[in-house]
Formats: sequence, C-alpha cells, structure tokens
Amino acid sequence: MGQKTLTLTLGPLQFNWSAEVFADFYARVADEAPVDRVVIGESVCSKRTPFYRDQIPAAIERLKRGGKSVVLASLALVTLERERRAARDLFKQTEHEVEIDDLTLMNWTRPEIPFAIGPLVNVYNEATLAFLAKCGAQRFCLPPELPFASVEVLAAAAAKYGASVEVWAYGRMPLAVSGRCYHARAHGLSKDSCLFVCAQDPDGLAVRTLDGADFLAINGVQTLSHKYCNLIRDVDQLAQAGVTGLRLSPHSGDFVAVARAFAEVAAKRIAPDEGFALLRQAVPEADFSNGFLFGACGAAPLVSA
Amino acid sequence: MSGQGKLELVCPAGTPAAFRAAIDAGAHTVYCGFNDETNARNFPGLNFSRAEMTESIKFAHRRGGKTLIAVNTFPRAGDLALWTNAVDDAARLGADAVILADIGLLDYASRRHPSLRLHLSVQAAAANADAIAFYARSFGVKRVVLPRVLTVQEIAAINRAIAVETEVFIFGGLCVMAEGRCSLSSYATGKSPNMNGACSPASHVDYHEEDGELVSRLGGFAIHRVAAGQAAPYPTLCKGCFQAGAYRGHVFEDPVSLDAASLIPQLAEAGVTALKIEGRQRSRAYTEAVVRSFRRALDAQAAGKPIPASELRGLTEGQQTTSGAYRKTWR
Amino acid sequence: MSIDRKIPRFPAAGAIALRFAPLVPVSLAGARLVKTLGRRHPGLFARLGEQAGKIFLIDPIDLPLVFRLAPRADGPRLEAFRRGSAGPWDARIGGPLAALLGMVHGVYDGDALFFSRDLVIEGDTGAVLALRNAIDNEEIDLAAEVAAQFGPLEFLASSPARHLAALVGGLSGVALTRAIREPAA
Repeated sequence: MGQKTLTLTLGPLQFNWSAEVFADFYARVADEAPVDRVVIGESVCSKRTPFYRDQIPAAIERLKRGGKSVVLASLALVTLERERRAARDLFKQTEHEVEIDDLTLMNWTRPEIPFAIGPLVNVYNEATLAFLAKCGAQRFCLPPELPFASVEVLAAAAAKYGASVEVWAYGRMPLAVSGRCYHARAHGLSKDSCLFVCAQDPDGLAVRTLDGADFLAINGVQTLSHKYCNLIRDVDQLAQAGVTGLRLSPHSGDFVAVARAFAEVAAKRIAPDEGFALLRQAVPEADFSNGFLFGACGAAPLVSA
Repeated sequence: MSGQGKLELVCPAGTPAAFRAAIDAGAHTVYCGFNDETNARNFPGLNFSRAEMTESIKFAHRRGGKTLIAVNTFPRAGDLALWTNAVDDAARLGADAVILADIGLLDYASRRHPSLRLHLSVQAAAANADAIAFYARSFGVKRVVLPRVLTVQEIAAINRAIAVETEVFIFGGLCVMAEGRCSLSSYATGKSPNMNGACSPASHVDYHEEDGELVSRLGGFAIHRVAAGQAAPYPTLCKGCFQAGAYRGHVFEDPVSLDAASLIPQLAEAGVTALKIEGRQRSRAYTEAVVRSFRRALDAQAAGKPIPASELRGLTEGQQTTSGAYRKTWR
Repeated sequence: MSIDRKIPRFPAAGAIALRFAPLVPVSLAGARLVKTLGRRHPGLFARLGEQAGKIFLIDPIDLPLVFRLAPRADGPRLEAFRRGSAGPWDARIGGPLAALLGMVHGVYDGDALFFSRDLVIEGDTGAVLALRNAIDNEEIDLAAEVAAQFGPLEFLASSPARHLAALVGGLSGVALTRAIREPAA
C-alpha cells in the first residue's frame, strides 16, 4: 500500500514573460508536466496583464485537455479601481475555482462557492484557517515563511474542515509586495512610466549586498528570495504531517524536468536524493534552501531532515 | 465617511514614561503593547507589564486621553492562548480599543468581547474599500489603519466608499512594503514582524567599523556602509544599500522617515479620522518632541490656520524625510 | 528637547585634568551612584530582563576614561578605567559625555543620536537597546540621584547636589536637573 500521492500544483507565473513564451510554457506544461492543478493569471502587477491576456483562454483549454484542473490567480495587492473590478469579476464567473491572494476577494465569497487561499494571505494559525474554511476555503497554500511546527498544526486543523494544505515546495519565495516598483526604480523610472523593464529578467533581477553576496531578487513591485525553495528531500516528512499538496513555482529553464522530479519522488518511484540530483541538473545555477521550514532562517543553507 | 471634524492624534509609547510624556505633550490617544510577542514592537526592554498597562490606562483616562492596545502580530499555530489572553486582558483593563491584524484573533475578539472596540492594524494591509468592507462586516471593525501604499486621492476614494473610520501614518519610520505581508526579516534572521513582532531584530544586528566606514550587517548580510560623518540608518533590510543590475544604492528606499505634516489639510479633506505617529521603539524625548509638534499642527488646522513648519528632521532616520506613497511620484 | 542642537563636547582642559586624576574616587562615586539608582529604580532590572547579566562599556569619547557597567539586580557595578584597560565587554556605547548623560536624563533620543553618528554602538545590539529602554522609562534625574545618596540627610544634600549637577551640566553642556512637568494646555 502507499499513502495517497501528494497533489502537485503549478503556482501562478510570477514573472513578466512575453506572450509567446507564456503560451509556449503553458502548452508544454499541459502536454508534458505531471502536475495536477495549475493556477494561472497575474498575481504581481496588473499592468502586465494586457500583454498576455489573449493567450489565457487557449492556455486554459489546453491545460484542461492535458487533464489539469485550472484555478484562476488573483492579484496580491489591490489598490486601483480597475483592480477592484477585476477582483469582483473573478468571483462572478463560476466556471473555475479562484485562488485568493488578497483579502479584497473575501468581500465576494459565499460559503457555497469553494475557493482556494494562496500563499500571500496571512494564514498563521488554526483560528484563521477555521474562519476562512467556514467561508468556503477548501485549499490553503501556506505562507512560505512558516516553520514546520506550524505546518503540522495547520494541516491537522485543515483536515477537521475537510480542507487541504499545500506548501511552497519549489522556486524563489515571495517575500514582500509594495506600492512601489523596484524594477522601475533600479532603471531610474517610476511605476507609472515603467517601460515594462521587468520583462528583461525572466527569473527576477538579482540583488546583491555590497560585499557581493547573493541576497534577493526583485520582480516589479514584488521582492523574492535569491534562493530557490527546494523541499524535494522533505516530501515524506511533509506527507506524514498531513500536507496534501506541493506548490511548484514557474521559472525559466526546463520546468517539465523539475515537475517530473517532484512527481517521481512524491510517487516514491525514485529516492529523494535521486530527485534532488535531477533538480540540480535541471537548474544548475539555482541556490537551494529549505530554511523557512527547517532552518534558522529563510536564507539558511539546505538542512537535511 | 467621517468628516471634517477635529483630527485625532494617535501617539506611540514603548514605556510608561513615554506614555505619560505623550499625554502631557497633547496626545489625544496613545497606542502601546504588552511586553511579549503579541505586538509588532517586541524589542528588548520595551513595552508594558499588565500592572503598567493598568496604571497607564488610568493615567490617560484621568487626563481625558484614550489607550489603544496593539495585539497585532499573527498568533503562532498551536499557541493561541498568549494572544487571546492579551485581548482578554486589554478588555479587562479598560483599553479603549484593541488593534488587531489576524483574522482568527479578530474573530475571537468580536465573539468573546462584543463591546470591545476593534481597530484593524496596518499589519492587516487592508488597502481598498472591499477589503475593509470584509473586516467591517465580519468582525465589526470600527477603524482601519491604512497601509502606507496609498496616495491621498486613493485614501479619499476609500473614505467615500466605507462606513468605518480611517487612521493614517503622519510621521516616523516608513515601511516600504505592504505591512504585514513582508518576510524579508525572517528570510535573513528567522525573526519576522508577523510572527515575532520584530523586524530586523537587534539580536541579529552587527555594527562594525571597517576602513573608516560603519558597516551594519543583519543575519550576516551587509546592508549598509556609511562613511564617517554621514547619517546612519536603522539596520532594516528595505532601507539597505545593494547592487541590482547596474544600479548601486538604496534599491527599495532611502533611509528616510515619513513626515506628512504638510499634507494634514489634504488628509483632513480626504476624510481621515486620526493621524498616527510611528515610534514605540523611540525614547520619551522623541515622543515628547514629535507629539508636541503635531498637536500644535492639529490645533492650527482646527483653527483654520496654516500648519507650522516642521522642526523634527533631526529626529528622523537618515535625517531626511519624505511624504512617501501619499504622493504618486513616490511609486 | 532641542532637536537640531549640536552635542557639546567636554572642555579639553577638563579632559586633560581628568587624565591625571586618580580613578579610585571616580569608581567609588560610580559604585555609590549605581547602588542608589538600583535601590530607587528596581523597575530598571525588571525591564532589562536577561540583559542585566551583560557587561557594558560606557565610553565618553571626550574624556580620557571609560566606565564598565554591570547592571546586575543583586549588586550593580560601575567602575572607571583608563581607555583600553577595561577588559572584555558585551556591548560598547560610545559618544560625547553630554550625549550619554543627556540620554540617561531623557533630553536626547538615543536613536536620533545614532542616526546623527553622535552615538556609536558595538557588540550586543539587543543588550544596548534593553539598557537604553530601561533607563528611559525610569525618568532619572541625576541631580536627585546624587542627592539621594545621602539617605535621610537628602534634604541637606539636595541643594548642593543640584549645584554640583549644575556645574557638571555646565561643563558637559546638558542640564541635569529636571524642571517640574508642565501639563499640556
């Protein structure tokens, strides 16, 4: 026998890729990546949406044909009128599940319409999880900064409400969101006349300390970790704690290989160390960490379980 | 909503002495927290025991002032009692309101203490009318402290659309990121404002003189090199000096403080109820000077007179000030 | 508080005189002062918490001597040393005497002194913060503390202590006697 295989969720693309690259990426995911759910749409900056909006319906169609369940992403920081309208419209459609990444959308939820809570909503404890579950939340991707002890408690709490818990398992971790665009600032521009310079950096723009140490990555209004979260060797421990899903966040490079490595390890077809070696091969330049869950801090070197 | 009435001045206190200094200097309202992880300024040697809180609330009430107790970190999973006790004690000690950020804790407070006034902390980052409506409808929140990502025009639009009071920051340290949604500190140090109540905690800060420069490191990451004679900033990550592509400098924000004194008339016009001064971690000398200055400004505003020029630059980080996101060009 | 005021320096002549002064009486006076402070301000130690076990090097950079402070609840100590011979410490707080006294006395804001580089800290930053916050809350009036060392005869000493404080205050540039609090209008 085996325990139930973990669900793999592809998180929303965090970066500003061109429409062609966007379309190719989701086509390949639909056809080749062994993921179960795909969250698609803009969560970082609403100014990017017009560039690839037309590609989304076709991408969704193809993902469905590939057997994936499709979830619509929402914006992380909603301040403008048009962003509020877009948030409301997301909930008016009932065809697809919605992932809430800002509590603005809680104004439109109804208990009879299930939805998911994304990693940018502050679910730190069982009381918050319980409240949101009663509002209709069925799936929670937990904030990446949570330590393992919290994940255990929250997974147990979710089970009580028939909800499931997913953790951020791969990719640069979202650390902050701002009203200000740092990509624009680094190029001497302002947010309102940004020239979409964030498109130049498919995995974010590296931020180094004055000592030359790798530290962070900026992505428009968002700040990410330099390190890529990598929980592939912790999959067993997470499953035992009651975690039912792993979130893989899109990056450039061979993402299908990344998804395959996780899928093989989750299904116990290969050993965690083997999976780790596959990831190392797929993204040789990435610096990995599982520090938020198991180490002294989010930037801590990989800790073995 | 709200109106063009008198603006309420909400002032910080990290110690009972600063609390008294704030009231003496003209604060209408003082906000403070218990000496543990339940509030977002959980610094060594700071904050209030239950006995000190009791005395301080009485002191304020005798002088016609109000006390708000911040319980504005996010309770740790499996460890809710520390936070629910703080809310219970705030209610028992007669706080005029509690400032909360966590949904679970708001839910608890609204059910357990229906007559306790709830304010939504800036840590909840409710940045638009819909988010605010959710908190007002679900928990009966009476006031929202707005995150520092909004322009004055956006604040005015929010006030037109909601039925609760708004409070905005007018002076002091400036979060660059949406508050309560930032893990930069825990990425570098393992301690975060959301979980531990401390951003860039002193325990992880190291100051060093290197080649005539003051170098500050946080969790081992160099975040500043300041030449002799230059103003020094707090060792917070988002005010650090870094290299991003060809850009070398303050990638996120210069080490400046917020001073929106000149915008008081516009903020009043925008319908805000209360103006908040940041700085519970500062000394009572700071509290006294800043509160006195802003009380003078609010009295001038109420009397229809021009706002006196600010004299507080010497107290600010980097000795420079900005009006932050209130002006659109900041973005 | 005056905000943009430059921090005064201890007069050079006084500093030279101190260079040749014997340290024993200074240490004795220091020991007496912290003992009185500890007796009159027990809240100080509660606020310091675990940081009370740390050793602080108080370094008035315009004087030829430094002070080693061990703020233990069961017997706080303050000893004077020649610069460079104070032994190991956990945290160092350096700045002009006026800045240090002004901070204890509540006329200067510690963070503002740090921003303007008038105050330098090294070592255990958490311990320094705790000490600063603990002292700030005690509303210490140094003249009253000196007077209080005379115990029941305080009323006799009160006036001379204020004169002495005025003299030191005059030299260092910071008023060390406190005006009675005036309520806001």
